[in-house]
Amino acid sequence: MATEMLQLRWLAHARSGDKGDTANVGLIALQPEWYDLLVEQVTAKRVGRHFKGMVSGVERFELPNLNALNFLLHGALDGGGTLSLKTDAQGKVYSTALLRMEIEVPRKLAKKIRAAAA
Amino acid sequence: MTTHKTVRIAAGQGFWGDWLEAPVRQVQGGDIDYLVLDYLAEVTMSILQKQRSRDPAFGYARDFVTLMERILPDVAAKGIRVVSNAGGVNPRACAEAVRAAADRAGLGDQIRIALVSGDDLLPRLDELVAEGESFANMDTERPLSDVRDRVQSANAYLGMQPVVEALAAGANVIITGRVTDTGLTLGPLVHEFGWSFDDWDRIAAGTIAGHILECGAQSSGGNLLRDWRQVKRLEDVGFPIVEAEADGSFTVTKHPGTGGVVNVASVTEQLVYEMGNPHEYITPDGIADFTSIRLDQVGKHRVRVHGITGGPRTPMLKVSVAYQYGWKAVGTLVYSWPEAYDKAKAADRILRKRLKALDLEYEQILTEYVGVDATHGKLAGEPDPEIAEVMLRVGVRAPERAPVDRFTREIAPLVLTGPPSVTGFAGGRPQVEEIVAYWPALVARERIEPFVRVEML
Repeated sequence: MATEMLQLRWLAHARSGDKGDTANVGLIALQPEWYDLLVEQVTAKRVGRHFKGMVSGVERFELPNLNALNFLLHGALDGGGTLSLKTDAQGKVYSTALLRMEIEVPRKLAKKIRAAAA
Repeated sequence: MTTHKTVRIAAGQGFWGDWLEAPVRQVQGGDIDYLVLDYLAEVTMSILQKQRSRDPAFGYARDFVTLMERILPDVAAKGIRVVSNAGGVNPRACAEAVRAAADRAGLGDQIRIALVSGDDLLPRLDELVAEGESFANMDTERPLSDVRDRVQSANAYLGMQPVVEALAAGANVIITGRVTDTGLTLGPLVHEFGWSFDDWDRIAAGTIAGHILECGAQSSGGNLLRDWRQVKRLEDVGFPIVEAEADGSFTVTKHPGTGGVVNVASVTEQLVYEMGNPHEYITPDGIADFTSIRLDQVGKHRVRVHGITGGPRTPMLKVSVAYQYGWKAVGTLVYSWPEAYDKAKAADRILRKRLKALDLEYEQILTEYVGVDATHGKLAGEPDPEIAEVMLRVGVRAPERAPVDRFTREIAPLVLTGPPSVTGFAGGRPQVEEIVAYWPALVARERIEPFVRVEML
């Protein structure tokens, strides 16, 4: 099947928060039928590569009931809480940083999404 | 027994500093049974702690008292009950101030205030250590002795039980210290429906209802990423309301005529906020399984939440210890086109050389370029070379105050001694901030619960 790369922003929405020096990102499929694509491609390993140099480790949990994946990004907040000097000390926008990641999707689907976005 | 009883719980504040009109609109905009106001985040406890150390009469969310003055007449007239952890590190002073406000308003006999205490472990800390509690850091496993001489506060996270007790005693305003955000909502549900403390599925359901309410409008259209342009009238955003049933299912909604949106997307985004392991959302009252939650859009601005399961509470309570860590400051300057980013980078190099020449030592110096990498780091890629402006933002942190102080005097000189086209320094020298850091730990439940008190004021 012909595929192409597409940014997650077209396939999912997301929200993030913090717990100590860990940021979490909940990644939610925009359509229930796209959830499997996220499960298959947005692996802890690939998310770790995406955030290389920015986090020390990644864990992933599945919530099929919400069509969502939850990622824990450890060591992401420069100490976190009151210590962090970062603008995003509480990890509020790691969500959108994850949406920059590209995954492989069927060309037909990519075409459809691009047409809808335009 | 009424089988179709519905209890309406409204969120009034999602954090200390949230929209002041929200709780007023919640009590005036339609029928509610309870108003819950969450004020406490870890950062908030540290700020309150600093205030109490300056003046023993402070240490609570003082604007809660001002707010109560506005809503007390409605609370009394409509029979609404208010549950809040606005008491922070000084719930007694908070409760006394609300008592005085109620008396001044001539509502003295209609407002029955309950004060929940017993979360403050500071006076007992050494005794608890002597009894064998290690208070080892949950993240680093370091012993408390590393920071014992710098501890400023220590609070156990209490659950819903004292809230239930206060409601049973007839209180209509309940003021607590470090009761969990979710316990503020779960308490009223347990009280109203008579759920047993070990009815784990319902405890989990009430906990998740609390999680949906605890960040205020973040579940009703605020900070909603999905279709954000379609979220209407956020200027009049309706804070969320949970309509709960005895079986543990509930509907999330908001008052008619308000702005914002309650849909599956808005509730889902809040559900995943600050989530750890979704199978084990641990609270003092039980463990909720977020993978059991079912959401259905059952009407406009109505999402039904059901199917929730949970498990038994653990024998431990979480403790949050605050300790003096050090000092920090953040300075900013704005550089304009042309070559804005290069100018900002040059300024950063000069600043760092000057700090080095002064032999100043920092635990960390962090540079960000707002407009380029402050939110997404390297993932944002190289900026447009024609970028209109870039804000240089440099932060430093050190155990001692002196090097941080000196840093704050090295920002403004860059204006006349550094790269050109610089502005945005009208705010003056950066503020030096004391860092109160958090030390998460656990303590045995049985050493805390016998000390929890509910008093009527």
